[in-house]
Amino acid sequence: MSVVLETIGLEKRFGGLTATNNVSIKIETGARHALIGPNGAGKTTLINLLTGVLKPTKGQILLDGKDITAVPQHKRVGLGMVRTFQINQLFGDLTPLETLTLAISERNGDGLNAWTNAGRKAEFMPEIAAILERFRLADVMNERTAILPYGKQRLLEIAAAIACKPRVLLLDEPAAGVPEGERHEILASIAALPSDVTVVLIEHDMDIVFSFAKRISVLVNGALYVEGSSEEVARDPRVKAVYLGEAHDA
Amino acid sequence: MDQTTLAKHSADSLAARTRWRPLEILFWLAAFATIWLAPTHHLLLAEIAILGLFALSLDLILGYAGIISLGHAAFFGFGAYTAALLAKFEFINEPVLALIVAGFAAALLGFVTSFLVLRGTDLTRIMVTLGVALVLREVANQNGWLTGGADGLQGVTMQPILGRFRFDMFGHNGYIYCLVTLFVMTMVARRIVNSPFGLSLQSIRNNPLRAAALGINVNARLVVVYTIAAFYAGVAGALLAQTQAFASLAYFDFDRSADLLMMLIIGGTGYLYGGVIGAMVFKIMQDYLSTLTPQYWLFWIGLLLVVIVMIGRDRIAGWASPVRDLLLKLDMAIHRTRTGS
Repeated sequence: MSVVLETIGLEKRFGGLTATNNVSIKIETGARHALIGPNGAGKTTLINLLTGVLKPTKGQILLDGKDITAVPQHKRVGLGMVRTFQINQLFGDLTPLETLTLAISERNGDGLNAWTNAGRKAEFMPEIAAILERFRLADVMNERTAILPYGKQRLLEIAAAIACKPRVLLLDEPAAGVPEGERHEILASIAALPSDVTVVLIEHDMDIVFSFAKRISVLVNGALYVEGSSEEVARDPRVKAVYLGEAHDA
Repeated sequence: MDQTTLAKHSADSLAARTRWRPLEILFWLAAFATIWLAPTHHLLLAEIAILGLFALSLDLILGYAGIISLGHAAFFGFGAYTAALLAKFEFINEPVLALIVAGFAAALLGFVTSFLVLRGTDLTRIMVTLGVALVLREVANQNGWLTGGADGLQGVTMQPILGRFRFDMFGHNGYIYCLVTLFVMTMVARRIVNSPFGLSLQSIRNNPLRAAALGINVNARLVVVYTIAAFYAGVAGALLAQTQAFASLAYFDFDRSADLLMMLIIGGTGYLYGGVIGAMVFKIMQDYLSTLTPQYWLFWIGLLLVVIVMIGRDRIAGWASPVRDLLLKLDMAIHRTRTGS
C-alpha cells in the first residue's frame, strides 16, 4: 500500500509547552487509522497542524509525497484533505441544503461566481440529494442550522466534510456529545465511507475505536507513544498503563 | 422520498431563494409611484435613495460578510469628490459615465484599504475603518487647491443626464436618476448575495474557521466584497455630489458613518432592504421631528435604536407575523397558479 499522508519530526510549541513533540507518522491510502491518547495528549493539535490551522514549529507534512507544510488551509482542502471538528463548526444562519450547496460549489470552482443563483447548477443536485439522504438531513434541509437538534448538527458536521469529496478525512471525535440512541447513525455513516477514502479518527470511546480502526497511534504528552495494529495496541501493557494510570506517575 | 424527488426539491428550494416576494414588488411599485405622487418631496426622496444605496453598501460587508465599519464615509466622500472634480474640470461631462468612474475610483481605494480589515476583531476593524476616513478627510482638507478645502468644492456645473435630462432646481430629474440607480444596483446586489459567492460570504460571517475548512479562501473573499461595497458607497457619494453640484469635507465625517450604521440597524441587516428602509425611517423622522423640536430630534432616533436593540428584531417581527403569514399564503398561491400545479 502507498503512503498518502506522512509527517516527519513534526513539532509545535506554544511558549514553553510542547503540544506536538517530534511526531513522525505514516498513513496508508485507504487506512482506517485511529489517534488515541489521554486528554491533552495533543491529538487535536496534530489535526490542526495537518490541516493548516496551525503552523508547525519544526518538521514536515507530506501529502502524496509532496511537502505541503507551507500550503494554506483552504488549498489543502482542494488537495483532498478535509476535516471535521470536535465542537461543531457550522453556519447557524444557513440551512443544511445551503451548507452542502456551498461546499459542492466551492469544490467545483464555482465559489467566485457572483452572478447566478447558487441553485442553478442542475448537475450538483443528485450529489446534494444523496448526501442529504445518507446523513438523514432530508427532512430538515430547509431549517436554519442553528435550530437543529444536536444529533442532526453532528451529522451535518460530517456531511459538509463529505461534500468536499475528501481523499483523506480527519474526524475529530465525531460522536462527541451524541446521545447513545443517535450514535449508530453517525457510526453507520462513517462505516459507509468508500474504501479508497483514508480516514483518520480521533475518539475517546474505545468501542468505536476498536470496531472501526485497523491501525492505532497512541499519543501521550504530544509524542507518539505506541503505534501498531489495533490488536497489538489492545494487548500493549504500556497503553493500558497510560489509560488506567498504573504508570510511573503514580 | 426517493433521490430524484429529493434532488428536485433541493433545486426548487434553492431557486425559491431568488423568487420575487410580493412585498418586494410592492416596495418598488410604491417607490416609482412617488415620481408622480409626491412631486413636492423629490429633494428629500433623492436624499433617501442616496442614503439607502449607501446603507446597502454597508449591508454587503456587515450584513453578509460580517465586517463592521465605522468609516464607510471614506468611500462615499471619495466617490463624491471624484464625481465633482470630473464635472468641474470637464473630464467627463456625462453624469452616468462619471458616476461609474467615481464608483471604480472608490473601488480602487476599497481594494487597497481592504487589506487593513482582514486581520483582527470587530474592535480593530472599527478603529482601522474610522482611521482611514479621518485620514482621507484630512488629505482633502490639506489639498485645498484641488478640493476647495473647508469651503467645499464649488463651481461644479452638471451637464444633462445622458445628454438629455437636466438637473432641475426642484430635483425631479435628480430624484429619478437616484431612484433608477438605486434600483439597478439593488438588483445587482440581489444577484450577488444569492450566488455561490454570496453564500460563501454568509458562511464566512457565520464561521470563518469552517469556511476555510471547506476550501474557501476567506481573505480573498473579504477583499472582493469590500471592494464591491466601496464601489457602491462611491456611487452613492457621486450621486450626492452630482445632484447637489457640490462636495464638502462633511461627506467624510464620522457622523456620516455613524448615522449610516444606525440606519442599517434600524432597518435590519442581511436582507438588502434594511438600508433603504432604515434610511427612510431616519430621514423622515429627522425631517418631521426636527420641525417639532429642532434641537432634540436625535433623542427620538436614539430611543428608537435602544428599543429595537433591546426588544430584538425577531420579537418585533413576531408581532407582525399575522401580516407576514397572510403575505406568505398569497405568495404561495401566486406561485402555484404560475407553475400550474
